[in-house]
Amino acid sequence: MSTQTQVLEPFKGVKKVPLEEYFTAGHRTCQGCESALVMKLMVKAAGPRTIVLGSTGCMYVANTTYYSTSWVVPWMHTQLGSSGSAALGTAAGLKALMRKGKIKEEPINVIAFCGDGGGADMGLSAISAALTHSEYNFLILLYDNESYANTDIQVSGLTPWGAHTTFSPPGSMRRILHRRWKKNVAGMLAAGHPECRYVATVCASYAVDMMNKVRKALSIGGPTFIHSIDPCPKGWDYDPMLSHELGELAVLTGVWPLYEVENGVLKLYGKTKAIAEGRQKRLPVREYLLRQGRFAHFTDEDIEYFQSKIDEMWEKWLIPGVIPFRKELEKELEKEE
Amino acid sequence: MDVPETVVLEQEQEEEALISGSEAIAVACKLADVDVITAYPIRPYDTVMQYVAKLVANGELDCEYIVAESEHSQFEIVKHAAAVGARVFCGSSGVGWMYAFEALTVTPALRLPVVAMVGNRALDDPGAFGVEHNDALAVRDLGWMLVWVDTAQEALDTALIAWRVAEDRRVFLPCAIGCDGAFLTHSQSLVRIPPKSKVQKFLPRYDRGDLLLHPDNPITIAPQVNEDWLMEIRKQTDEAMRRAKGVIEEAYRDFENTFGRVYGNPFFEEYQTEDAEVVLVGMGTLSMPVKVAVRQMRQKGKKVGFVRIRWFRPMATQELQACLSRFKAVGVIDRDFSLGSPYMSGVLANDIRSVLYSASARPAVVGFICGLGGREVTVPDVRQMVEILEKAASGEPVEPTYWIGLRE
Repeated sequence: MSTQTQVLEPFKGVKKVPLEEYFTAGHRTCQGCESALVMKLMVKAAGPRTIVLGSTGCMYVANTTYYSTSWVVPWMHTQLGSSGSAALGTAAGLKALMRKGKIKEEPINVIAFCGDGGGADMGLSAISAALTHSEYNFLILLYDNESYANTDIQVSGLTPWGAHTTFSPPGSMRRILHRRWKKNVAGMLAAGHPECRYVATVCASYAVDMMNKVRKALSIGGPTFIHSIDPCPKGWDYDPMLSHELGELAVLTGVWPLYEVENGVLKLYGKTKAIAEGRQKRLPVREYLLRQGRFAHFTDEDIEYFQSKIDEMWEKWLIPGVIPFRKELEKELEKEE
Repeated sequence: MDVPETVVLEQEQEEEALISGSEAIAVACKLADVDVITAYPIRPYDTVMQYVAKLVANGELDCEYIVAESEHSQFEIVKHAAAVGARVFCGSSGVGWMYAFEALTVTPALRLPVVAMVGNRALDDPGAFGVEHNDALAVRDLGWMLVWVDTAQEALDTALIAWRVAEDRRVFLPCAIGCDGAFLTHSQSLVRIPPKSKVQKFLPRYDRGDLLLHPDNPITIAPQVNEDWLMEIRKQTDEAMRRAKGVIEEAYRDFENTFGRVYGNPFFEEYQTEDAEVVLVGMGTLSMPVKVAVRQMRQKGKKVGFVRIRWFRPMATQELQACLSRFKAVGVIDRDFSLGSPYMSGVLANDIRSVLYSASARPAVVGFICGLGGREVTVPDVRQMVEILEKAASGEPVEPTYWIGLRE
């Protein structure tokens, strides 16, 4: 017995996107908040027959003030580390009730979202478990603004190396306090969950692409995962009008590769595909980093280190930008030469 | 992979079976037609999930049966399933229950009727598999209804009552059933299993009404309220717990009418208290050695009785006060501890002191911490407690709290 999913064909261009909004006025996100745009596009792509579960974070606290909720679709809070379990429990409840004839049988989209702290730190275990439950249909969307932005901008497992946060300020003795490299979440989840039919990275600067990935994730069935990079004026320290450009720069510098893994098949898309195929040159990371106050303390040496790590990701990884393994065999051959 | 359709076989008549407390609750899940069940292993509660798994595998129970990756997820999954209208069951023991604590906190606050079994177990460290009540008691202030059962029959019956009360719109609070690890979870006794038709009559469908999370009812659940509204919402939960007491009484009356098994006062059981001068108070399976000791002491002419508390939350304050203020001394046996609390007593002893404070006649109250980590509460232990109580009753000075059965 398998519950059907909604058939959500891709939007063919921005003019074909419906005008209806399911995330509307009433929220209190910051000016230029890209995550708020992600919420709006996510639920616009999903449509009205959708239940959204939101784990603690900016997109909970800023979006759902009592008596002024911005959600038109049914919405429920879940705990910081519970996006995986919220999606699983909701989908399982619906499935049982439909099978037993206790509610009308129909495909209902279930989307749980989490931030980088809730998803990649505390909630990773529950997300991983949820992605193995292939009999339930739901999407987990990680909106990644690269810090615990709701609580005052603290380091998360997805904060870039060296970034200035309130838990990693540059000081007179230690210029770089945060020395961990960002986790590769989408690659890890795609590689680690062979039954998961769809994992994608997105950037809302490419809005139609982003919505179509959400539609595909909801249509394909089973548990799916999308990781969105969300420039954050408050946490990244830049002029709010630059959110869109910073999203683009994350992609054009190769810091944020756009790809989807559909039924085990990896496809790069958008500008990332152009870079990988040599049709477009990767921009230097300097152009991305120096537009953000969180990297203002970087020396040339720091920028070079950052660049070298991004170069490594593109030149040394077995699957560039996706899987950080290297071939032992090639290393052996290099030595022999 | 296609899973074959489940055909639930239904018995027509009451049956009798030799089963453990854990199996009795698994049978209750089947009778109640539970929709979503989540499991995660920890002894001793996990036996209930082993029985549930067999029922699912054999096609006797039609539910979504999910083995979670932690207790936190276990309780979060059923919480969310309950929000979309599913009847749910879950459970844990000891530190597993504590691992789920965040989920346990929000479940009553969200007014979701999760029914859970706690196979009571000592908290780590150091490791011990045996019973202690500190695990379940940890949620006593949060809006969970807490009930302790004594036999496998009572476990089955109380589980059915728990869904009925928790899912009542006037209540909508979660309920945890305390089952002493090993003494109840793993001990078999004869249990009368009612036919499903009668259970359906007793236990109506869970109807979440206008609180249902569904696209046809697009509400926002648990928005950020801050100081503007939190206090009013807490008060609503408080009112629900106040109403729960009457709903429990209603449920026991209906239970007796439907199944013919009579529990009398739902909140506590009195044993040989009519002419008693001193009584012991406790929860769970320690009733067995206490009752044996009471019978033996009665033969020697001692006027001693026993009160076994079933419902710890909500607590039947007036009824307990009326009952206990009749005696000269009350000894409260705690299979738990509350370090640094008033009189260094256990959790129950301090609650009983509080219950008795406004009584016009206040008996002496003595706390006995006993049977921790699964250590047996023995008949000599009980005799020792009664000796202390007799001193207290005659006005001799006694300590407020004793640890009984402690090796020197």
